[in-house]
Amino acid sequence: MKILQVRVSTHWKRILFFLLGIFFFGYSLIIYLYCSGNQEYEMSNAAKQGKLLWQNYNCNACHQLYGLGGYMGPDLTNIISNPNKGRNYAAIFIKNGTERMPNLNLDSLQISNILEYLDYVDKSGKYPDRNANQNWYGEINPSNR
Amino acid sequence: MKNYMVSKVILRWSLLFLIFALLMGLYGAYIYIFGSVHSILSFRQCRPLHVSAAVFWILSAALGSVMYFCSSLVSSKMPFGFLWHLFQWLWVGTILTILLCFFYAKFGGREYWEFPPILSVPLLIAWLLASVNFFAIIKRINKPYPVYVWMWASGFIFFGIAFLESNLWLIPWFRSNIIRDITIQWKANGSIVGSWNMLIYGTSIYLMEKISGNKKMAYQNRSFLFYFLGLTNLMFNWGHHTYILPAAPWVQHISYAISMTEWIVLISIFRSFRIKLQEANKYLFNIPYRFLLASEIWLLLNLILAIFMSIPYFNSFSHGTHITVAHAMGTTIGINSMILMASIFYIIEENASEVLKRHRKWIIFLWYIVNISLLVFWLALILAGLIKGLAGPEQISTQFTQINAKIVPYLTWFYIAGFGVALALGSLALMAFKILRLNFKVPPNKI
Repeated sequence: MKILQVRVSTHWKRILFFLLGIFFFGYSLIIYLYCSGNQEYEMSNAAKQGKLLWQNYNCNACHQLYGLGGYMGPDLTNIISNPNKGRNYAAIFIKNGTERMPNLNLDSLQISNILEYLDYVDKSGKYPDRNANQNWYGEINPSNR
Repeated sequence: MKNYMVSKVILRWSLLFLIFALLMGLYGAYIYIFGSVHSILSFRQCRPLHVSAAVFWILSAALGSVMYFCSSLVSSKMPFGFLWHLFQWLWVGTILTILLCFFYAKFGGREYWEFPPILSVPLLIAWLLASVNFFAIIKRINKPYPVYVWMWASGFIFFGIAFLESNLWLIPWFRSNIIRDITIQWKANGSIVGSWNMLIYGTSIYLMEKISGNKKMAYQNRSFLFYFLGLTNLMFNWGHHTYILPAAPWVQHISYAISMTEWIVLISIFRSFRIKLQEANKYLFNIPYRFLLASEIWLLLNLILAIFMSIPYFNSFSHGTHITVAHAMGTTIGINSMILMASIFYIIEENASEVLKRHRKWIIFLWYIVNISLLVFWLALILAGLIKGLAGPEQISTQFTQINAKIVPYLTWFYIAGFGVALALGSLALMAFKILRLNFKVPPNKI
């Protein structure tokens, strides 16, 4: 009887495992297709190149986008639309570096591509959005920018 | 070559990765707090060197431990010894190549996996080789399987899947939308951490079974309930990292709901507090148990922090601050490394108990140093994160430097305590590395 109980139990464990697996794959697919909601900003070719440069120079080690990355430098999600900074300000930093930021010796096309990428990121949303509306069940509605 | 000898090789490499991660952590933290870009190795190099070495310490030590314990469960040789050798050299060779790439500033990947993406291929092949051996071994274990075998199997399967998922960005469609791109990145990284947790927590249950001699524990329905809860979290509990993204609202709803299942684990820990206390009194003399005990205390502390971070309101303050770092350090050092140290010292105890007895006092002293230092380190990061989080957006240059100046005193404490962690954990790793160099006389399954 005990053996039977164990067998039934193992059987149900397997079923549960496979059910969870199916949910996982289904949910993953839904995430891939629909997680971005209505946000379908087209990334230009220059921005695509900029993204690859961002990765190739490991800018993420020091800078964050949407809070993801290192803390050596500031978060750059909205650097382009920042009234106190903007595109030219960012370009100077990328070109010359600072005491804490290396000069990566990028040419003007590479700098322009990185700026295009940052511009694309900037248009995708706001971070940090302290004025966002939050409700008790976890929904966060971004404030109007 | 005997199974335990093969595990010994990978375990020794894992300890070298740990020592290297600690050195790079100290160096990186120094540059972060006090240094400038004129350093020999810039921050963009030493950060991935530190993070990757730490990740590969965890993965290698978990793989070595799991394969050792699996081989002990079945009294036979590794089914595909050749594949295991191939795994070992491919795995270690790729990791060394990755570290060399960072040293020469060759990147191309993304957060936590910054190496040129082509190197993901040998890593994945090596993982598959190890998985083939693992599944061939567990086929020989008597059924029904204890919960830790389920956990190890889940760890092997889902690491492979999540690692593949973390490389989906290589397909242009996936990286063409930043919201999709970052969401998948967090999703994959969350599942990768969940997968290695499965390998490590499974090892912890196995060790507890061996130390206490209670064989029922690994077959109880309660253990399986927590296994399935852990599996659900592995699959779906990554979403609280994406609250700040302007993603679809249902992602946030599901993320929040899944995150809140962590309360069940927290309540369970509180309920079993008295039993744990009795258990501690009984086994505290045992070196591996001491590390397991430390991991449970760190689990409790980090769980409380994780629950706070999962509540959207608090998340809006903690995300992108040092609180996230405190959580990452608390879990990787406090939980993962403590369990892996328990596992390595258990293996040493099985094979060279006399040597371990000679070092007993020194190990206990280092155990206290690492845990006390880690507590200061952890609290300093939380305080620094709180100040940064409450200070508000750091979009204006002056604000960024001002906030940084405010948190420097806390980061100095973080650095001093980090020195203690590195010194104590590094000494433990070095000691284990040296002992593992010895030729064990008796195969573990014959003891």
